[in-house]
Amino acid sequence: MKYKSQQIAWWFFALSGVLLLLQITYGFIMAFAHLGYDGLHDLIPFNAATATHKNLLVVWILSGFMGAAYFIIPDEAEHELISVPLAKLQFWSLAIVGVVAVIGFHLNWWEGRKFLEIPRPLDYLVVVNVLLFLYIIIMTLWKGKKRTTTSLVLTMGLLFAALLYLPGMIWFDNQTMDSFFRWWVVHLWVEGVWELIMGGILAYLLIKLTGVDREVIEKWLYVIVGLTFISGVLGTGHHYYYIGTPKYWLLIGGIFSAMEPLAFLGMALFALAMYRKGEKRHPNQMALYWTLGTAIISFVGAGLLGVAHTLPAVNMYTHGTFVTAMHGHMAFWGAYGMLVLGMITYAMPLMTGRKLYTAPGASYAFWLSNIGMVGMTTAFAAAGVTQVYLERKVGMDFIDTQQAMEVHFLVLIAAAALFTTGIVMFVVNFFKYGRPTDEALERS
Amino acid sequence: MLSKNQARTFFLGGTVVFFLIFLGLSWHTLAREVPKQTNAQNLTESVIRGKEIFDKNNCMGCHTIMGEGAYYAPELTKAYERKGEAYLKTVLTVKEPWAPRGRKMVAYAMSDQDANDVIAFLKWVGEADLNGFPPKPDLQSKVPVPAK
Repeated sequence: MKYKSQQIAWWFFALSGVLLLLQITYGFIMAFAHLGYDGLHDLIPFNAATATHKNLLVVWILSGFMGAAYFIIPDEAEHELISVPLAKLQFWSLAIVGVVAVIGFHLNWWEGRKFLEIPRPLDYLVVVNVLLFLYIIIMTLWKGKKRTTTSLVLTMGLLFAALLYLPGMIWFDNQTMDSFFRWWVVHLWVEGVWELIMGGILAYLLIKLTGVDREVIEKWLYVIVGLTFISGVLGTGHHYYYIGTPKYWLLIGGIFSAMEPLAFLGMALFALAMYRKGEKRHPNQMALYWTLGTAIISFVGAGLLGVAHTLPAVNMYTHGTFVTAMHGHMAFWGAYGMLVLGMITYAMPLMTGRKLYTAPGASYAFWLSNIGMVGMTTAFAAAGVTQVYLERKVGMDFIDTQQAMEVHFLVLIAAAALFTTGIVMFVVNFFKYGRPTDEALERS
Repeated sequence: MLSKNQARTFFLGGTVVFFLIFLGLSWHTLAREVPKQTNAQNLTESVIRGKEIFDKNNCMGCHTIMGEGAYYAPELTKAYERKGEAYLKTVLTVKEPWAPRGRKMVAYAMSDQDANDVIAFLKWVGEADLNGFPPKPDLQSKVPVPAK
């Protein structure tokens, strides 16, 4: 690795870390509100907290993906990024749009559409920003010496993600149609094209960390992303069970979403097989932990916990309950959160020349955050199952049910404290690395 | 053994085929079925304004509707049927936060017109055919009633 323009990735990674901490803060605000402590209600009502929590998630993950792309593409294409000033402009515009959106949420400036709350005028700025990003990436690839499968799959994922943002910007009078297209964005992102991005980044990390032949890794990359689309596209049907769409989606959504874990299982088996096959022992073992971790936890969180409530007969009762939050938290963490943190862990020593992956904090960050997330997922599961039985099956009143669930939010907060400790250690470690230097990049 | 080329064909072919099927089904759903299932003919100006107000205030940030949203406040799909117009109107127009047993809602203090529109929207949502959602509590009858 010897491309100075890769240093731009640091800014995106730094933004990711800061926004992740902010996202967690809003998570605590909501968990305390569920316990009855809503002292911030006048300043940050629950709907502002949840919009902020969800959108910060999207932005910090996207920022991580962008940083990863700026780091990976020059290396894979063997060409400097076409313009660092443009990439910097893209970074600052992303950060500014993000900050304005978050402030807007607190001033009742938003659209009430879960995950896509960013108001329409800002949507246009997001589009311009992403177009600029794609221009830099695609032109770098175009001018580069090589176009590897890894870089093409990654770029394809980023391009499709941008295209799929568009259906979410159309206004519909009919709530069902509105929701139908909202899932084109949300579902086809996280259970579709983001998995291409994930596959691309994972393949890159495995090539670098295990030393297994690129041809072998990239062949399996195709198989996995193939499985993703074959199951995931029609798997969108699991969002069309109960929103005013025809019954055939119960069958189609049921069958194809039951197949969705296969892609994640493929990803986990692939990562483990490549790790065992690899003869090289890369010194950055923490990067390997995160890489194998993302492959395994995404299978559990996105694959298994997803299929746990995806069958129509089950989903009839779990739809719109905390069972969804159980799946959502571990799925996002496993598939995308850990992946971004893995990429950061791999890139930082190369960009700065410092080997902080051996620091005890690096290892604690991994274990505490993961153990914390397992605890949080368990707490959400307990809350969700309680809610399903009391409210949906026995017919208890909403607030009575919520009060019966309160104890699970105590456990949630305790587990989240562990998780947060891990994340704080990670971010502290990140900033301890300092800024990237030309010399470090040349040496690596 | 599978070659890289075959793997690429599997990926590209699978993606195109399944995406086309998805587009076809989506077209059928939206053009033919959704208007019937959701009584699109009843989308009056008031209902549409109600949806706008519902969106503009991010009601989905606390409530679920058609099972979608956040889980801090009650499901609203059948709110009209369950609570009735007068109750909903009070909640929407009141100037102090509505707070059943302490859980606060933002005080929207809506005008009569805005509240009526939101209520019209909720009534329309409640009449849509959602394939049986929300479910009837199937264990309710099995809960033993203690002898007095």
